[in-house]
Amino acid sequence: MSAATHVLEIDGLTLRLPRTARPVLDGVDLTVGASEIVALVGESGSGKSMTLRTALGLLPRQAAVGGSVRVAGEDVLTMTPARLRDLRAGTASMIFQDPRAAINPLRRLGDFLTESARINGGAGGERAVVRARHLLAAVGLTDRVLSQYPHELSGGMLQRIMIASALMNDPGLLLCDEPTTALDVTTQAEIVALLADLRNTFGTGMLFVTHDLGLAAAISDRVFVMYAGRIVEHGPAGSLFGAPRHPYTAALLDSTPRLEAPSERLAAIPGQPPDLRAPLSGCPFAARCAYAIERCRAERPEPENGVACHRAGELVLATVREGDRPRA
Amino acid sequence: MIAGFLTRRLAGLAATLVAASFLVFGALYLAPGSPETFLLAGRAANPEALAAIRAQYHLDDPFLIQYVKWLGQMVTGDLGQSVQYRSPVLGLIEARLPGTLLLIAMSALLVVLFGVGLGWISAVRGGATDSAVLVGTTVALGTPSFVAAIVLLWLFSVKLGWFPTIGGGQGLADMIYHLTLPSVALSLYWIGVLTRVTRTSMLDELGREHVEVARSRGIPERTVIRRHVLRNALGPISTMSGLTISGLVISTVLVESAFGLGGLGEFLARSVSVKDFPVVQAISLLIVALFVVVNLVVDLLYPLIDPRVGYGARGAR
Ligand SMILES: Nc1ncnc2c1ncn2[C@@H]1O[C@H](COP(=O)(O)OP(=O)(O)O)[C@@H](O)[C@H]1O
Ligand code: SF4
Ligand SMILES: [Mg+2]
Repeated sequence: MSAATHVLEIDGLTLRLPRTARPVLDGVDLTVGASEIVALVGESGSGKSMTLRTALGLLPRQAAVGGSVRVAGEDVLTMTPARLRDLRAGTASMIFQDPRAAINPLRRLGDFLTESARINGGAGGERAVVRARHLLAAVGLTDRVLSQYPHELSGGMLQRIMIASALMNDPGLLLCDEPTTALDVTTQAEIVALLADLRNTFGTGMLFVTHDLGLAAAISDRVFVMYAGRIVEHGPAGSLFGAPRHPYTAALLDSTPRLEAPSERLAAIPGQPPDLRAPLSGCPFAARCAYAIERCRAERPEPENGVACHRAGELVLATVREGDRPRA
Repeated sequence: MIAGFLTRRLAGLAATLVAASFLVFGALYLAPGSPETFLLAGRAANPEALAAIRAQYHLDDPFLIQYVKWLGQMVTGDLGQSVQYRSPVLGLIEARLPGTLLLIAMSALLVVLFGVGLGWISAVRGGATDSAVLVGTTVALGTPSFVAAIVLLWLFSVKLGWFPTIGGGQGLADMIYHLTLPSVALSLYWIGVLTRVTRTSMLDELGREHVEVARSRGIPERTVIRRHVLRNALGPISTMSGLTISGLVISTVLVESAFGLGGLGEFLARSVSVKDFPVVQAISLLIVALFVVVNLVVDLLYPLIDPRVGYGARGAR
């Protein structure tokens, strides 16, 4: 895939915060193609949300960043504030985990939907409302919600509104930060189906953050696995989940419940992810890896053919049987 | 729903006023000595004056009847005779009311402008601005209004000669000029209070996720602050503004005396010291009524500020 068709292209992204001993993001490389769905998976605290937020230039105050984050070809990290606002209002938008926290409880939902378009679009309120009605229909809601307040709607309905609002300016890139985690199971499935559907209708590229591997397998074309701020493995969803090449990916899969065998005992990954306050040398997963050797603690594995593990060439991680891949 | 709410609140308002008036009336009997001698405040009791007072207060009737008759008179505007001025209380109050209302209005305006303004920039700018505002409010909160009055008088009237030292002025423009220093003295403490409340409330709201979401949608920062931070911080700000009005009313007693403004607060203070009981009763009732009305207005505003709070349940906030 050539650079021109990438809606998001992250290159060697490194992000440090004050009072930490290692970077929160450490040389992240990641791409999302036009109308492609890419999943970013990993345990909580690995830096998934931070990666998403940098794509909109939403950095913590004292963050020191390196590398580049190009959205539709333009580097977000060097943009002027005005250009950044244009990007946020037009090119890329984000869907958040908890819609009840993400929408101002004191304003009507019509205001929430049209606010950015009214302020940035110059199109006038009338056209924004027309677009909002169109998108509400696309996410399966009626116009009635325009005059309602957030507390009058369920979490699932609010997430639909969140999605509609993210599509208001027809963005090329949709950033989804665990958009179903706060919802009940049935609603989760509906929202996932809706997002997959919208990709087809609107041709939006999506970067989909989740810690639910089943969901990632069901929705995405490609998957990136993140551990301690690094991408440890990436590849097409089918081959990555079918034949993981990094011990961390395999361990994640082993700790994921499957619909086919829900009662099967899960192997929780032993130990804790490395603390931000402790410096990290060698492979970040070494302390928890069953296959670690001396070299792993001394030398940092660089990504090669989509996997960053010293033993990627020799290990056969046959933990997941054929046809037993996680599904949503 | 709002009709039911209003009815309930108005009933509550009436009940509060009745209870307060009962206390105000009953205070006559709590004072040492007989009501007549108290009402005469130690003046020579000529038989005519004594008879007039007995009639005014229906002292020959049973206690409860006395109260009901007295209340009826108050409600119809017959507030009785001032002992010290020997003229109707109503007229005395009417003459002093405009100056006091103007003083309270000017002070309230200063409090809202500076309290909200300073709290706003303090929360949004942070850093050195925030520290300076915190020091300023600490000083304001530690300065009693009569001390502020003396300092302001000394500096701006005596030393610099910019403002008059005494008197309330004639005509609106002159009154505003005369009331400038007093309103500053009066509002200083409450500016400190409202600044702190605004700052805290806005900092709370600044940390909310929906504020970050608004930024992520390309809304300019100033608009985010106005539409999502300040707007959502209005609940505590309006509640405190209501309390501020009540506090200002109380403080007029000291500040009007310090500046010799001849307003209601000063009148109340002097009437207490010379035991002019009818005047004290009338002004006390007026103040209670004002508190209750301010409280009602804040309650009515609340559901407009927060749609999650209906006009139904009061405890729902
Ligand atoms: N504003 C912040 N200040 C300091 N540390 C932060 C901040 N935001 C996130 N972190 C830390 O950065 C790491 C990555 O966080 P995050 O991207 O939210 O992880 P994930 O989304 O994968 O759960 C975590 O260790 C978290 O504690
Ligand atoms: S590099 Fe070593 S420690 Fe790291 S995942 Fe590979 S085998 Fe395990
Ligand atoms: Mg996260």
